[in-house]
Amino acid sequence: MASLTLNINGEKKQVDIDPNTPLLWVLRDELDLVGTKYGCGLSQCGACTVHLNGAAVRSCVLPVSAVANQPITTIEGLSEDGDHPVQKAWIEEDVSQCGYCQPGQIMSAVALLKNNPNPTDEDIDLAMSGNICRCATYVRIKKAIKKASKL
Amino acid sequence: MTVIKTKIGRRSFLKTSAALGGGIMIGFNWLVSCKSLNPEQKGVSIPKEWFDINGYIKIGDTGMVTIYSPNPEIGQNVMTSMPMIVAEELDVPWDHVVVEQGVLDEDSFRNPQTAGGSNSIKRGWDPLRMAGAAGKRMLLEATAKEWDVSVKNLSANNGVIKEVNGSRKIGYGQIASKAVGIDIPKELSLKDPKDYKLIGTSQKNVEGPKIVTGKPLYGLDFKRDGMLLAMIEHPPAFGMKVKSFNKEEIKGMKGVHDAFIVDSTYSEKKWNGTNAFPQLIAILGKTTWQVINAKKMLRVNWENVSELETSEMHEERLIKDLEKGEIKGSRKDGNPDAAFAKASKVIERTYTSPFIPHNPMEPMNFFADVKENSAELIGPTQTPKAMQEAVSSLLNIPKENISLKMTRMGGGFGRRLYLHFGLEAAAISKKVGAPIKMVYTREDDMTQGTYRPAYRSVYKAGLDKNNNLIAFSVKGVGLPAGPVYPNRFPAGTVDNYLAENKMSYTNISTGAWTAPRSHFTAGAEQSFIDEVAEVAKKDPIDFRLELFKKAINNPVGKKYDYDAERYADVLKLVKEKSNWGIGDSSSNKGVAAYFCHNSYVAVVMEVVLKENQPKIKKVWCAADCGIVINKEGATNMIEGRIIDGIGHAMYSELKFENGSSVHKNFDTYNFIRHDQSPSEIEVFFVENEISPTGLGEPSLPPAVGALANALYKATGTRLYNQPFVKQLQMSMS
Repeated sequence: MASLTLNINGEKKQVDIDPNTPLLWVLRDELDLVGTKYGCGLSQCGACTVHLNGAAVRSCVLPVSAVANQPITTIEGLSEDGDHPVQKAWIEEDVSQCGYCQPGQIMSAVALLKNNPNPTDEDIDLAMSGNICRCATYVRIKKAIKKASKL
Repeated sequence: MTVIKTKIGRRSFLKTSAALGGGIMIGFNWLVSCKSLNPEQKGVSIPKEWFDINGYIKIGDTGMVTIYSPNPEIGQNVMTSMPMIVAEELDVPWDHVVVEQGVLDEDSFRNPQTAGGSNSIKRGWDPLRMAGAAGKRMLLEATAKEWDVSVKNLSANNGVIKEVNGSRKIGYGQIASKAVGIDIPKELSLKDPKDYKLIGTSQKNVEGPKIVTGKPLYGLDFKRDGMLLAMIEHPPAFGMKVKSFNKEEIKGMKGVHDAFIVDSTYSEKKWNGTNAFPQLIAILGKTTWQVINAKKMLRVNWENVSELETSEMHEERLIKDLEKGEIKGSRKDGNPDAAFAKASKVIERTYTSPFIPHNPMEPMNFFADVKENSAELIGPTQTPKAMQEAVSSLLNIPKENISLKMTRMGGGFGRRLYLHFGLEAAAISKKVGAPIKMVYTREDDMTQGTYRPAYRSVYKAGLDKNNNLIAFSVKGVGLPAGPVYPNRFPAGTVDNYLAENKMSYTNISTGAWTAPRSHFTAGAEQSFIDEVAEVAKKDPIDFRLELFKKAINNPVGKKYDYDAERYADVLKLVKEKSNWGIGDSSSNKGVAAYFCHNSYVAVVMEVVLKENQPKIKKVWCAADCGIVINKEGATNMIEGRIIDGIGHAMYSELKFENGSSVHKNFDTYNFIRHDQSPSEIEVFFVENEISPTGLGEPSLPPAVGALANALYKATGTRLYNQPFVKQLQMSMS
């Protein structure tokens, strides 16, 4: 067990935990931040995507000890009122079906747009192909990313 | 305008009471009311249990209307579209409506509060309209009484009642509580579809804002103080059973509360009771990570109880039983043998598809808190009532004492029609004597079974010297049940026709997967028809339209299962919208049309070759599902199932070695991703006033056929075996 300080969504959180625990389970089990989803546990589906120092990472394979004191943003911390341009674009394009993968899709999209404010279809494919949507809302996700880039 | 009666015999479909906090609650029955409007159901005796009320609307004193959606939400967006139907007839502005998930009623109603078979809208159409219309009528009557005028002198519009020849007006909220005690109307008038203001528009997913902000909506997100986290280990192969494990070692691990073998076998068998592994190892602890670690330390003695199957064995069985398997369903018109014998050309092709898992993104999970004579269940299920009954049977607790709350589902695709996960959670909670949430890992989920069956079908067509289709046969077999629908297209269009659906066997558990059987049969049949049209030197759309013409004007044999005009109309619409046959003759377009779940869908797909690899450039889709409730939601459904159909046919398969699925997670199991998805999908609806039918599934099957036919145009390879990518790699290398 280790006592770690986490910097999550701009707040300091103290956790006493096995340092090997993946960040995903710390978020979900210890901090009640369940917007970050479990899908595969192998960084293959992207449902667990969060931002570490502004970059999209897969929290299911990231030991919590490796991210102590570094700024982490989860879907809950993306905006105060759900009004981040990417969240707004997701609503406007009515992207979701079951919705389970969408927080991870949104986190990947936000990271993409930060580095590339006007992505091409190919840029979107490259950045987003690590995020599976089983309901296959891919066409709408692409539209929403393009819309967000203009908001 | 349709006028309907609100009673069967002496019983009403509707009940009212005062709402907590002011206003009126209107309860309505789900199944009875829809049966009553269906002329085919006249004279059916209705069991009295059906009269219990199980859907509710509440009109509050502020004018807000709360609609309790009784059906589970699995991503098909019924939490938006079903309340739209109520709001239309009630005549309230959509922004006055809030939607809440109803719970499974504890009364013993026999109502399919089920998400499955693309049935939610079809079944909900009449009762939801009636509930809305009843509410409006009662508010009008209450106002008439209050103002001492006749209802005829009042109009209701957008949540406001006005005096026709006067200046008085009142909001629904202000009069709602006065409507309590007004008699249920004996007759109700439903709107003419021409007058719809909300139905047919596009309204956004009511849970969209919660989804994009990560709110705890799903079963996996549920928490209760004092709850233990439970994980399971099922046998690693079909044909194995747990015997013993290193229990003491596991129990001694940090964070582990308990570990034991649990049995979820229950006595009352149901169709969705399928479970290859009723005995499991359960490990309970405080946190997911601690339990995952304990799971990794398991050392288990498994025993073999039946044969350990392989993919090679499966292929041998399918080949053998395509000839020798027991026939379950068939149709014969004319004399197919004689017609084939005299045909100028005979084409015969064999099609296959592998086992496929459902893989909803949210793995199986359920919360259970079992007490001595009661139980509380919370989680994602497509069949809440069947789950309640099965748990009642397992625990020997009356079902009245078992509450079940439905959470939003992180996908289902048929997987959550089944019951085992709820039974397992209940059995574990009972044994440990505490509230638990049972959670599967992805590997537990993908290797548990309940798969889409593997299939093999052989199609045969005979053409005469003028290239007319004079004979057609299909024989299909599956592990364990076959894929053939004998009375569907092309039944009724060919003088000499044979269809046989055959059984084989397997110990791998299988179940309903999006558009069961249709997903495979549409792909096989529609690519076969394409090949036959090519041999007959006919345009593939014209060839199909000729067949439908025959079914309309001069149908062969007994009744067939589809409406040939509606079938032909979606083909004509997609032909027009895709500019089929016009312009660039080098474009690689493929077409397919299919009917299932009471809806008709035609798809044209265009494939381009990019660095010698096929890429789907554009998809056009025409659908006839009757009246479209929520246009944007319906379009989203269609787009998703088209991509889903492309993805599974193109990339996905589950192979078996020693009774065990070789693929256990997304690192080896292939799944369609962003870069493989079509760039653009255009969806068009046939506009008519036919009562609405399902859209949760029907666009998946034709996507498979259109894909195969477009890929053929682009690559010159006919695709017979799923996943297509394997056959393409072989032919393109």
